[in-house]
Amino acid sequence: MDKKLFTCFFSLVALVVSLPVFASEGEGLEHANVNIRDTAAIQRGAQTFVNYCLSCHAASYMRYNRLAEDLGLSEEMVMENLVFADAKIGDTMTVAMSAKDAAAWLGKAPPDLSLVSRSRGADWLYTYLLTFYQDPNGGWNNVTFPNASMPNVLWPLQGIQKPVYATHDGHEVVDHLTLGKPGLESPEEFEDTVRDLVTFLEYLGEPSEVKRKNTGVWVLLYLALFALVSYALKAEYWRDVH
Amino acid sequence: MPTDGVNKKRRRFLVATTSVVGAVGAGFVAVPFIKSWLPSAKAQAVGAPVQLDVSSLKAGQLLKVQWRGQTIGVLRRTPETLKLLPEVDPYLRDPESLESDQPPFAQNEARALKPEYLVVNMHCTHLGCIPQFVPQVGPQPFEEHWDGGFFCPCHKSKYDMAGRVYKGVPAPTNLRIPPYSFIDGNTLVIGVNPKGAV
Amino acid sequence: MAKPASSVAKRANALWNWIDSRLPVSAFWNATMTGYYAPKNFNFWYYMGSLALLVLVIQILSGIFLAMHYKPSAELAFASVEYIMRDVDWGWFIRYLHSTGASFFFIVVYLHMFRSLLYGSHRAPRELVWIFGMLIYLALMAEAFMGYVLPWGQMSYWGAQVIINLFGAIPSIGEPLTEWIRGDFFISDATLNRFFALHVIAIPLALLGLVLMHLVALRENGSNNPDGIEIKANKDENGIPLDGVAFHPYYTVKDIFGVSMFLLLFAFILFFWPEGGGMFLEPDNFVPADPLVTPLHIKPVWYFTPYYAILKAVPDKLMGVILMGCSVLAPFFLPWLDRSPVKSIRYKGLWYKIMLGVFAIAFIRLGMLGMSEGTPAQTIEMRIWTFVYFSFFILLFFLSPRGKTKPVPERLTH
Repeated sequence: MDKKLFTCFFSLVALVVSLPVFASEGEGLEHANVNIRDTAAIQRGAQTFVNYCLSCHAASYMRYNRLAEDLGLSEEMVMENLVFADAKIGDTMTVAMSAKDAAAWLGKAPPDLSLVSRSRGADWLYTYLLTFYQDPNGGWNNVTFPNASMPNVLWPLQGIQKPVYATHDGHEVVDHLTLGKPGLESPEEFEDTVRDLVTFLEYLGEPSEVKRKNTGVWVLLYLALFALVSYALKAEYWRDVH
Repeated sequence: MPTDGVNKKRRRFLVATTSVVGAVGAGFVAVPFIKSWLPSAKAQAVGAPVQLDVSSLKAGQLLKVQWRGQTIGVLRRTPETLKLLPEVDPYLRDPESLESDQPPFAQNEARALKPEYLVVNMHCTHLGCIPQFVPQVGPQPFEEHWDGGFFCPCHKSKYDMAGRVYKGVPAPTNLRIPPYSFIDGNTLVIGVNPKGAV
Repeated sequence: MAKPASSVAKRANALWNWIDSRLPVSAFWNATMTGYYAPKNFNFWYYMGSLALLVLVIQILSGIFLAMHYKPSAELAFASVEYIMRDVDWGWFIRYLHSTGASFFFIVVYLHMFRSLLYGSHRAPRELVWIFGMLIYLALMAEAFMGYVLPWGQMSYWGAQVIINLFGAIPSIGEPLTEWIRGDFFISDATLNRFFALHVIAIPLALLGLVLMHLVALRENGSNNPDGIEIKANKDENGIPLDGVAFHPYYTVKDIFGVSMFLLLFAFILFFWPEGGGMFLEPDNFVPADPLVTPLHIKPVWYFTPYYAILKAVPDKLMGVILMGCSVLAPFFLPWLDRSPVKSIRYKGLWYKIMLGVFAIAFIRLGMLGMSEGTPAQTIEMRIWTFVYFSFFILLFFLSPRGKTKPVPERLTH
């Protein structure tokens, strides 16, 4: 009798709980398809980050020597290719600009990006970096993050996109983007560049992600063994009761 | 509830197996907690080796740097200083550095890898004060047999130009020599022993 | 004693006797373990008590080690958490233990409480077990709330802002009260530091004391069981309940197995899904607290959302606070609301099965709505389920004495 009750309750609960999961957020976002184990992608992304982002955005929770260790690079390689200021290998990835100066020059201090992949998500970042456009007055705007104060720093690679407007419910909205002026990379190449950058950002957000998952496999295997052994022990003693 | 006819052997085996497997798991779980006490990446960055270009050091000049919370002195000694070192041996507590703390390559008269440079932990081995640098050769008010060295104002301990401690002072051992090496002729790295050196 | 004792064994025995004649170790062991009889038909729902104890131990252990590196100041807190995640060896593991443990504590506790509703474990003579349990629940909610403020992310800050502002709804003393709680004119370093002290020392001590009382009260009358009958009514010639088994070794080995299954689920979440889809670690909390920027959706962590929905359902702030308070306090009265002659759902009529099922759905649905934006349609639904939630308690009081029941067996069934 209780088994039926149990299954009844739990199927009801499962049904009720599962309903909204199908109406999940993230509609309208491109899929980044990040492979966090692709060390080469993270290396390329790190290069892009250091060249295009680090002048304004700090990654102040990340140490250079950890980059070296996790990405299989020697400390010399990191110092040569990724460290530009007079930082030491054990230092964190800070920017020369102070927050006060940044607010004065740029209007608002560009946020630290160490954790941006954990607060926004890989798909959002990927879509954001792909959907910059230049509006008719020549200013930069973004479909994913309207009126973001950030210019498209990657425009030399992407080219310059232009908006195509359409009217929805009486409002003029950006319907889609077209490539007005091509950049150094083709659209496919640029998507790869952005994917690598987002992969790096995901690594930046949680450097121990791969170690976490690898450890998890061993832990689950151990616990499965322990469950088996403890079940045998339980069953043996409970023979007395049944 | 019948307890006779119980397979005691099997129960003992299962209890033992479960205990062993459980103990192994408990041991593994303890590891992260114990390891979390190790110096963190931040501590290691702060405690990282210190590099120094010694070419700018003049003969007889003492430079002080910080490494792992310690004041390290880098002294460029003249050939005359080195020649005078054996003279004060009879007045020293540990002239051959048998009791004192230094890397193996510094267990010599000059207490150094390259005799020209003394790289020494400046904290007095008595209670940690930083001694004064007294390079003048000749009898001093505090010591008759003086060929230059370090004099600690706190409790009057005395050391020679190789950081070796005199007899009859509170300090028990010679000034400590930290691990160090040279990357090239001019770059001193404090905190890293020479590769392959014993 | 078949074998002659070795000298080591003799010494060990002597040491044991020395201790046992000065501390009631073997008496205690016998009273609580080998000589304590529990019903033999415990099912899935009965694992939750020992699991709750396990999670408490996990939280205390991981919490202590987090406190070795965490800095309880508004300036340093957020960075210190990232320091733990990145710079401290295995710091990420200790952090995830604590965050996963917090959510699992509530999963286990909610299931543990639901068991009571199924089998009438809160009924006489176990009312105090239930009362201490409810007090533990309240302390746990306070502990979790304060703990969530400590990382000093956007959700930490603004969640604290919203909840503490609720106290401002109380007439006349509201404003000075919120200022007293905050220790400042706005949520600040003063608030964070005192929450740290409460979270790390005060409430854990209270929790330990309450858990002890909970267990002592339980031991006084022994556990209930899925049939809702008293096993002490049928004893053998030695005074041992016929339907009872000694807690040790039978329930120790069973609980160890339960622990292993629980840890499998717990480890899976910790190592492969620590953010829990944004429910265990919320995305907004990876952004440092900013008093000038309000997050789009301020909501408490999932385990508070049912009560948050009840709060949001009421348009008036003070009435909302009062109703939310009532919703938390209503379960305290359950031992006296349920007046059915029968304890277990197994022997109550269909009326109770429907009521309890609908109540469970209401609680879950309220929880989901508590996480939502609160559109007009959702607000209407929140009001409906709030009504259902309270109806359960009211209907129980009136229907339970006359609701249909089935004959209760003399001896335990499955």
